Amino acid sequence: MSQKTRMSGNEAVAHAIRQINPDVMPAFPITPSTEIPQFVASMIANGEIDTEFIPVESEHSAMSATMGASAAGARAITATSSCGLALMWEVLYVAASSRLPIVMALVNRGLTGPLNINAEHSDSMGARDAGWIQIYAENNQEVYDNFLQAHRIAEHKDVHLPVMICQDGFITSHAVENITLWDDEPIRKFVGEYNPEHYLLKEDEAMAVGPYAVSNYCMEAKKAQAQAMINAKQVILDVAKEFEALTGQHYGFFEEYCLEDAEYAVVAIGSVCGTVKDAIDALRAKGIKAGLLKVRVFRPFPGEEMAKALKHCKAIAIMDRAESYSGNGGPLGAELTAALYREKVTAETVNVMYGLSGRDVRVEDAEEVFCWLEKMAAGELHFDVYPYLGLRD
Amino acid sequence: MLVCRKWIARKRKPLPFTVEAFLNLFKDSRTVRGAGRLFCVGALWRKDGKMRHLTEIRWHGRGGQGAKTAALLLADVAFQAGKHVQGFPEYGPERMGAPITAYDRISDKEIRVHSNIYDPDFVAVVDDTLLHTVDVTAGLKEDGGILINTEKNAEEILPLLKDYRGKVYILNAHKVCMATLGKYFPNTPMLAAMVKISGVMETDTFLREMESSLKHKFARKPEVLDGNMKALKLALEEVVECR
Repeated sequence: MSQKTRMSGNEAVAHAIRQINPDVMPAFPITPSTEIPQFVASMIANGEIDTEFIPVESEHSAMSATMGASAAGARAITATSSCGLALMWEVLYVAASSRLPIVMALVNRGLTGPLNINAEHSDSMGARDAGWIQIYAENNQEVYDNFLQAHRIAEHKDVHLPVMICQDGFITSHAVENITLWDDEPIRKFVGEYNPEHYLLKEDEAMAVGPYAVSNYCMEAKKAQAQAMINAKQVILDVAKEFEALTGQHYGFFEEYCLEDAEYAVVAIGSVCGTVKDAIDALRAKGIKAGLLKVRVFRPFPGEEMAKALKHCKAIAIMDRAESYSGNGGPLGAELTAALYREKVTAETVNVMYGLSGRDVRVEDAEEVFCWLEKMAAGELHFDVYPYLGLRD
Repeated sequence: MLVCRKWIARKRKPLPFTVEAFLNLFKDSRTVRGAGRLFCVGALWRKDGKMRHLTEIRWHGRGGQGAKTAALLLADVAFQAGKHVQGFPEYGPERMGAPITAYDRISDKEIRVHSNIYDPDFVAVVDDTLLHTVDVTAGLKEDGGILINTEKNAEEILPLLKDYRGKVYILNAHKVCMATLGKYFPNTPMLAAMVKISGVMETDTFLREMESSLKHKFARKPEVLDGNMKALKLALEEVVECR
């Protein structure tokens, strides 16, 4: 039922695409996601899949063509990073509000200024209000498993929203690591055929996608879209449960690592979580009750669930790999702090900026964050502004 | 001992039995080998809680020489030998000739950490001109070693390594390549030499796994396979320990 092998995160996504065999993939290359359309193009050339690949002239066109294909009734996907996602911006909102179940492989890379190609979440975090479901991964296994679940979530009748499957640029996209691949047949059965109810090429049903809506209808449409995002929560859990029955891999909104009895907790997204886990093992060996809440699903935002899981902690560090330039911290920091307040969690909190433009985070750096938390809980340390981890003087 | 450590980490209580008593369980049974293996794993935990059954390797090269490919190939072949692996490049504004770095982690247990390697067990330098510009021995463990591709001799190389007191190996990859491939691809011989000096796997296993993976890769070019296999074997013989 499975095969143990090794591959990079980009190869893992391409393998998932091969198993899914989507109908259409328009894409424009950008580092570090370039390999994904490249691998898919090879698979098409080798006759392994019959996906229609559209080499477009920009990312704006890539998202527009993906939207067109999806509206026509096809299972459509694309892949991008950083400025590529930024160039899709306008169409991201149209895809979500048109309720098109597109799946995008996003390889996280910082948005330019200064120009850099390394891992950062500023691209997807910038698009967090575009109406897309966002699911993040710690390693190649998770990005593979997440991609396999994406279509089921996107295409569910209670959801009908596009999904972004995110992984950290280079750190996981270009690192060769051990992975378990699932057999084609059960995976194809799990993903299933795509049979949309309404689509443009349906002969006996005339419809329009993306027409002008007067104010009398716009707000209702937006509320319906927001409700779909709320509905996605249950669907994400149901699909994960079914995936677990098939593969034994457990997924939820977030992963709790040594969190149950933790006094000091780190909340983070993506590849840094593996490093934090190693730090936790070292600290636990010294008797320090450290724990991790690893966010898998950022949209819809499981604020209440996260706050409940963190309620017993004395101090919490919320890690952001994206600046908001708000003077008030990053996106995860802002949203989780609000959720903690609503849940009446009284723990000390600090929003930590880390890993911008690929700045490396070592186990020692993660241990330092826990050291801050201990001091904060003891009243010995207070941050007036949110700290930057590993910043050079 | 792995069990012990996890127990302590989870429960923070002393073990309900002594380590000796635990190992005695295996003393006169058929599981002696199993117990030995368990003991080996245990012995590899250091005082600071880090594993020793994890080998970390850093590659220094210049863009175009294949240092990244060598790192990925090493991860690949170590996986085939049953290890947990991580092979990854560090990306910057790369272009032909610019210094580049790549890394390998090879372990008996799952690798979760996602950081670069600062205290490697072994370092490979694919281009000896880097010895003048890059601090290649930074953080390198003294009980590990450095492998340098050079046409120079030990007397010329050793002074360039400044304070490093660990083992130094040199390989004339140019000579190996010209004798076997007729073209200069230094990463292939360097890969073989690194496997030998680091002991991450038996050299026989390495050659066997490389042959099967190259056979697959160059199915239509058998002549490439022969040359590469010869280069690997010759490099295993040619690498010299000079300190």
